Amino acid sequence: MDHSENRPAYLAHHFSNIAQQADAAKLGMWVFLLTEVLLFGGLFVAYSVFRAWNPEMFYNAHKYLNVTLGSINTVVLITSSVTMALSIRSMQLGKRQQTLAFLWSTLLLACVFLVIKYFEYSHKIHLGQLPGKYYTFTGVQGTNPHIFFSIYFAMTGLHGVHVLAGMFVIIWMIIKTSRNMFSPEYYTPLEMTGLYWHLVDLIWIYLFPLFYLIG
Amino acid sequence: MDTTGSLFLPPGSSTIAGDVDAVFNLVLYVGIFFFVLVVFLAAFFVIRYRRKAEPGLTSGKDHNLKLELLWTIIPSIIVVIFFVVGFRTYLKMSIIPKDAVEIKVTAQRWMWAFDYPEGVNSINELVVPVRTPIKVLLSSTDVIHSFYVPDFRVKMDVLPNRYTTAWFEANRIGEFDLECAEYCGKGHSQMLGKVKAMSADDYAAWLDKASAFDETVPLEIHGEKLFKSKACYTCHTIDGMGSVGPTFKNLFGREATLSSGDKVAVDENYIRESILDPRAKVAMGFQPVMPTYQGRIKDREIDALIAYIKSLNERE
Amino acid sequence: MTVSNNYLQEPKGLKSWLFTLDHKRIAILYLVGISLSFILGGILALLIRWELISPAQNIVGAETYNRLFTLHGAVMIFLFIIPGIPAAMGNFVLPLMLGAKDVAFPRLNLTSWYIYMFGMILALVSIVTGSVDTGWTFYTPYSTQTSGAVVAMTTAVFILGFSSIFTGLNFLVTIHKLRAPGMTWFKMPLFIWAIYATAIIQILATPVLAITLVLLILERTLGIGIFDPAMGGDPVLFQHFFWFYSHPAVYIMILPAMGVISELIATFSHKRIFGYRAIAFSSFGIAFISFLVWGHHMFTSGQSELASMIFSFLTFLVAIPSGIKVFNWLATMYKGSISLEAPMLWALGFLFLFSIGGLTGMFLSTLATDIHLHDTYFVVAHFHYVMFGGTVMAFFGGLHYWWPKMWGRMYNEFWAKIAVLLVFVGFNATFFSQFILGAKGMPRRYWTYLPQYTRLHGFSSIGSIIMAVGFVIMIIYLLHSIFKGRKAGTNPWGSLTMEWETSSPPPPQNFEKDMVLTHGPYDYDKAVPNKN
Repeated sequence: MDHSENRPAYLAHHFSNIAQQADAAKLGMWVFLLTEVLLFGGLFVAYSVFRAWNPEMFYNAHKYLNVTLGSINTVVLITSSVTMALSIRSMQLGKRQQTLAFLWSTLLLACVFLVIKYFEYSHKIHLGQLPGKYYTFTGVQGTNPHIFFSIYFAMTGLHGVHVLAGMFVIIWMIIKTSRNMFSPEYYTPLEMTGLYWHLVDLIWIYLFPLFYLIG
Repeated sequence: MDTTGSLFLPPGSSTIAGDVDAVFNLVLYVGIFFFVLVVFLAAFFVIRYRRKAEPGLTSGKDHNLKLELLWTIIPSIIVVIFFVVGFRTYLKMSIIPKDAVEIKVTAQRWMWAFDYPEGVNSINELVVPVRTPIKVLLSSTDVIHSFYVPDFRVKMDVLPNRYTTAWFEANRIGEFDLECAEYCGKGHSQMLGKVKAMSADDYAAWLDKASAFDETVPLEIHGEKLFKSKACYTCHTIDGMGSVGPTFKNLFGREATLSSGDKVAVDENYIRESILDPRAKVAMGFQPVMPTYQGRIKDREIDALIAYIKSLNERE
Repeated sequence: MTVSNNYLQEPKGLKSWLFTLDHKRIAILYLVGISLSFILGGILALLIRWELISPAQNIVGAETYNRLFTLHGAVMIFLFIIPGIPAAMGNFVLPLMLGAKDVAFPRLNLTSWYIYMFGMILALVSIVTGSVDTGWTFYTPYSTQTSGAVVAMTTAVFILGFSSIFTGLNFLVTIHKLRAPGMTWFKMPLFIWAIYATAIIQILATPVLAITLVLLILERTLGIGIFDPAMGGDPVLFQHFFWFYSHPAVYIMILPAMGVISELIATFSHKRIFGYRAIAFSSFGIAFISFLVWGHHMFTSGQSELASMIFSFLTFLVAIPSGIKVFNWLATMYKGSISLEAPMLWALGFLFLFSIGGLTGMFLSTLATDIHLHDTYFVVAHFHYVMFGGTVMAFFGGLHYWWPKMWGRMYNEFWAKIAVLLVFVGFNATFFSQFILGAKGMPRRYWTYLPQYTRLHGFSSIGSIIMAVGFVIMIIYLLHSIFKGRKAGTNPWGSLTMEWETSSPPPPQNFEKDMVLTHGPYDYDKAVPNKN
């Protein structure tokens, strides 16, 4: 057993060296992201099935989505992915303050995303464009227009939950970075957060055209 | 093709049963062969190679290409045969003959309602002419059920807001069990019916009789028969015991309290309304689960049921 | 206990168990939960069989009966058999077999256990507050309309799914990254290959169950209408979503079992496993095909004939790799040196019962016969033969096999043989009669039945009592052995896999030195195991 002094604190006892630990973390995170793809995949299947069954209704209903706000949100998330990647790059260069700045920016952009979604959701609630049995809006041509909004809320809602979870993780990374727990030799948790955040961004990039840009 | 049944299967009484049973028996005999082979080999090896002393080194031969190909290719061929044989009979089971007589089947918790082309309807008893292809058009008013007649080897799920179809041709006269084969709640195991296959003449006679009513018999006797044949007993007792619906004992003439809190007299109008529009006035303490008989009960039959319910009041 | 520096004793105290990062302790924690779940599921089964001993009402009414079979299924599947071998045995054995000090993510491992316990508690809460009567399959529209604790139970299952996903993720990364030097992929024991294939299914299929349950909950609470035909939805869509997970799920149940059987047959035949690569790759073949066959649960659902044909054909494909394994195991026994201790008896029982289970699957993948047999007791018998006759036999075989390693104690071999015999005989009595019941037309989930089925049901119910006696005996001698059993040596069975190169029980850090592979796991033709 190697309990010698040159074993850094961030190397867990069951790994032989840092490279093995980092590799394991990366593989683990990619596998986790795969499960997330399958999770959202089920909803994408539901979307496909119901859109195939009600193509005109989907087209009519989607007009009530605000393309401007949706586009802003898309730009916001893509930018947040950039700032996230830059925060990792900063730590690779050992620049702690810069890392923190980019992490805060990512967090801020995530907030903006959620705030915009809040406005979109409240508007829908106001109009009665609610899921399922709570749907009261009458403006959409086609049968069962509530289905579009049900799936919209389910998918953007699940996505929003993931954004929120990501924000908590970013806060945790901010705390750890401030406590000097990362260095150019060890920044694996930042990388993992980055991978997760990119997936959250990617899922939105699929959601946006499917809901906002039909036809 | 007639089948007389076996250890596993009941006698087949439809034209497709023989084919289905032939497929079943093919899979069975092949399966028994392989099972016996595996068990025999395992038992033989255990006995022949039983450890008698501390083992030294054993054989390192862990490959035999011929053997491995054999036990890959032969099972592959066998399963393809099973697929083809099964698929061909399945096609026969799925393709409905053009001249099939169509009977509408409505499943609701927990009974089967049948509507015949001649305008007749029946409950829980599907009467068909023998040696005639019958197409059943299936739909449910509530949850998923499944129309299953084991003796005919026919089964098809019954869905709400959608139609499914199946067909069969009974090849002998008799009575055959109809069971619901998709779990549907409390009465799932009691949602039984009978398929009665009759000669063409008997079937015609039954159709006639099914539309008429013998007025020489006292009305409450008809009512008592209807209480059974319309499946009222599924949810109502006549002895005062509680069930899914109110008991009929001492019911007529009572003042009933509704779930809305209003009070209503249990008179002829109330009973008639409860049969045709059961959710309109629901008695307090009971769930609104009674299916409607609109379209499947005649006015004279309602009269008979009212007479029967009146007869269940105890003399004071 | 035995060796002074063993994982059971060090560190001490309840907190050291509840906050442990030691995979061996986590395995024991899982074993406790899983065993209790098996007992609960078993009691529910006995109640079901008692009610069914005659067509009349014997102990419960129809509504309670409907809850009994729902809970029996849900408890056995989600709390016992899916976590089963991976969590209780894989957790213990995997790192030891690889020569590793722990799994890749020990904290995630402990979290998985807490998630499991939380899911279990929520499931128990839902049982006592309203219960569930939908069947473990939750088909709509019944499940969206019925009263009861459906949301609580489906939430519990949702939560339990994450335990399964994280366990699979953990094992997959461990296998990739933490093998001892010298242990190339084809020098790993076959149990590891089986766990790897299982992990793939856990990772890919379980999220789909998660989203299906979310949609069901939304349907029930918000009435979103995607499964409600009156609102433009489709109840059959639920079936597609549900079975897309639940079919691969049954391979989560059987693949680890097959992995255990490979170990048992090799060790107790004292012989190199025949067709190592075929067995390894067949696990992946089974995992892959398992995602393509879900529609064979829906031949009578109203789905198109074309879809049914495709699913039938693909389903047959999965029989081939399963058959290959059985033949490879038999060939392993040929010219071996076979010893019939309890673990081997469980393995032989597996061969007998799983063969029946697998062969009866043929009737169900064949379209013409499935129409008659779907939703009857034939299906119930089939899946009990593969899940119980397969997985449960392997679970207890593995448990007896690794018991001395886990506790440092041997159990009473005489009573162990009695137990497996009673379970084997009782199982066949209970379930073989059900093949006949089903083919004769007896549907499943029936509280009462037509009188012609009485004799077979009675026979089946008596069989269940025989099985129960076997399990009671097993619980007694196993618990007894923990405290009073004869102390076990390092390698009581004379096996060549790496977990037998450390003490029984192992020290907290698994091995006294960094492990390096010195021989293959099945080198019985080259190396003499250090049996003691």
